[in-house]
Amino acid sequence: MLLRHTPKEIKERKALTVNPAKTCQPIGAMYAALGIHGCMPHSHGSQGCCAYHRSALTRHYKEPVMAATSSFTEGSSVFGGQANLIQAINNIFTIYNPDIIAVHTTCLSETIGDDVNQICQKARDDGKVPEGKHVIHCNTPSYVGSHITGYSNMLKGIIKYFSKSTGVKKDQINIISGWIEPSDMREIKNIVNQMGIKVVLFPDTSDILDAPQTGVHAFYPKGGTTIPELTSTGDSKFSLALGEFATDAAAKDLDSKCKVKFKTIDLPIGLSATDRFIVALSNAADVDVPSSITEERGRLVDIITDMQQYFYNKRVALFGDPDQLIPLTELLVDLDMKPVYIVSGTSGKVFDRRIKEILAESMPDAKVKNGANADLFLLHQWIKNDPVDLIIGNTYGKYIARDEDIPFLRMGFPILDRVGHSYFPTVGYSGAMRILEKILNLLMDRQDRDSSEESFELVM
Amino acid sequence: MRKIAIYGKGGIGKSTTTQNTVAGLAELGKKIMVVGCDPKADSTRLLLGGLAQKTVLDTLREEGEDIDLDDIIKEGFGPTRCVESGGPEPGVGCAGRGIITSINLLEQLGAYGDEHELEYAFYDVLGDVVCGGFAMPMREGKAKEIYIVVSGEMMAMYAANNICKGIVKFADSGGVRLAGLICNSRQVDNEKEMIEEFAKKLGTQMIHFVPRDNMVQKAEINRKTVIEYEPQHPQADEYRMLAKEMDANEMLVIPKPMEIEVLEHLLVEFGIV
Repeated sequence: MLLRHTPKEIKERKALTVNPAKTCQPIGAMYAALGIHGCMPHSHGSQGCCAYHRSALTRHYKEPVMAATSSFTEGSSVFGGQANLIQAINNIFTIYNPDIIAVHTTCLSETIGDDVNQICQKARDDGKVPEGKHVIHCNTPSYVGSHITGYSNMLKGIIKYFSKSTGVKKDQINIISGWIEPSDMREIKNIVNQMGIKVVLFPDTSDILDAPQTGVHAFYPKGGTTIPELTSTGDSKFSLALGEFATDAAAKDLDSKCKVKFKTIDLPIGLSATDRFIVALSNAADVDVPSSITEERGRLVDIITDMQQYFYNKRVALFGDPDQLIPLTELLVDLDMKPVYIVSGTSGKVFDRRIKEILAESMPDAKVKNGANADLFLLHQWIKNDPVDLIIGNTYGKYIARDEDIPFLRMGFPILDRVGHSYFPTVGYSGAMRILEKILNLLMDRQDRDSSEESFELVM
Repeated sequence: MRKIAIYGKGGIGKSTTTQNTVAGLAELGKKIMVVGCDPKADSTRLLLGGLAQKTVLDTLREEGEDIDLDDIIKEGFGPTRCVESGGPEPGVGCAGRGIITSINLLEQLGAYGDEHELEYAFYDVLGDVVCGGFAMPMREGKAKEIYIVVSGEMMAMYAANNICKGIVKFADSGGVRLAGLICNSRQVDNEKEMIEEFAKKLGTQMIHFVPRDNMVQKAEINRKTVIEYEPQHPQADEYRMLAKEMDANEMLVIPKPMEIEVLEHLLVEFGIV
């Protein structure tokens, strides 16, 4: 009982947060930057921040994540980090030769008020940025928001720097991806290819954080959105932003900068959200939905109907990032499951409103906690008071699952103790099939384990 | 060793008053160190006869943490030991962090060590206590005695009242106490009476009323304290008196900061006819 000190009795807490359902802004900024081809993320702060953020990503993706740091000292904290950042930009271009350096800040550089925009400009003015190379930046104080906020901020930084409007529209659509796995981004490209639509997907971490073993180490793997693609986003005829928390702000910026109309929809996780994604794509590009996609949808619906009895009425606790939880909750409702507890660490009223809408009919009494103070401690207490049949969330949920002996589906960020998430998608209809398969395996294994000898079924 | 910090509204005359008083104490034969906690690094200018000094943080930046005490402590009038924290140029970095770094470094380097036989250490702190860094001299019992330089002007009294709030905050953990108000006259009506009453309400004393005199400016232009520049001038005697009063002062209290309404009422009562 690793969490034996978590009491069943729930008391109002004013300040203390135990196991918050979120992490640092810069991790998100770093992940978004890795979805650009030839990009070196740079952490403007002390070394420890950069080391932690890199290792958090490395542990999740099982790939070496490169990032540089301004290596603040006591002196930099007092006098500002300008000298360090300019030196770093010079060093990085000289030694590591990326196309782009994506600078994000840390709590320290934010608190002392470093003007990163001005410092980057000075680096350009001083000739520290070679011809054809770029330095972009965003502000990511970790005491505001979460890793999702940092991801969103870096996307805004990318658009601010690269997107240009030539006045001539291109026959292409932007897909601004929320925080999903490289496998998911690959699946989105697969779907739009099937539909015959030309898109610019950004960021795109496929072929970067799921790069194949070729025997040769590539410092900058072949994946990622390229600079010409990013520049052309300003000429696209439409933007589809996937996941309001991670992408809505960037889509808005692109619209106000380059007049690219946009629609923000949920991440295509589960049946209904994928339906909306496919319809939105079809409308935006004015193409029909090919039969291959309709048939894939049919297979998903088939699993749902075949296995309905195993899903029905099962109580589920889920935690993670809002953009994933919203469509996931909807999927659970579609499956006749009962999402009874939902915890998310990224503040935003839209989350509570959306969840309330989704649960209005089936689960109006579900317990929902969102924001900086939302934590797994409370989720655990809820479970202790009224248990669930399944927990869905990132690796940090394994302690609750073990203590309470509850089947546990790993989804979200980070997953530190299993593989697969970066290779097999959870978006689209095939992704939904994978989620269903995983849920079923967990529930049916549990039924097998717990059934008496006379009710131990060969056929289920 | 008595550790004293001088606070007060920006431009009230903290540095001038501190250095003149230190000159007075030095005349009495006291061994004193003055630590300037202002990024402008002008807290020891009058004692040193100029701004020639290398600051702690400049040295830290240029030479790393391997600093020799002799590089940063210079001998000024008296003699007194003078050191400036220094800090970033306006608009960048973090001056508050600079003070924390600097004071820690001075302690590490043994600036307060017994071998120097110091009787007084003075901290001259920039303006209001705007963040944790500027409260550093109050923290962890570094300075035990705080003097606030004030005048009869509303904003100066308002700032003094705020500083008292800071003192209360650190009084329990750090043992810091308010030792008195120094009135640096701006020739406001009923100034002396008002500050005496203000001090009483705060639970402390007005330790000295320093009259306004152009000699102070004159000496300052010549980079000297009045005591050094015109030892016979009556203004020099004012500072000598303040030095003696400070030396004899044993009234250390936890102040009782006032509500803003009470403070305004005081101004109406005394200041405005």
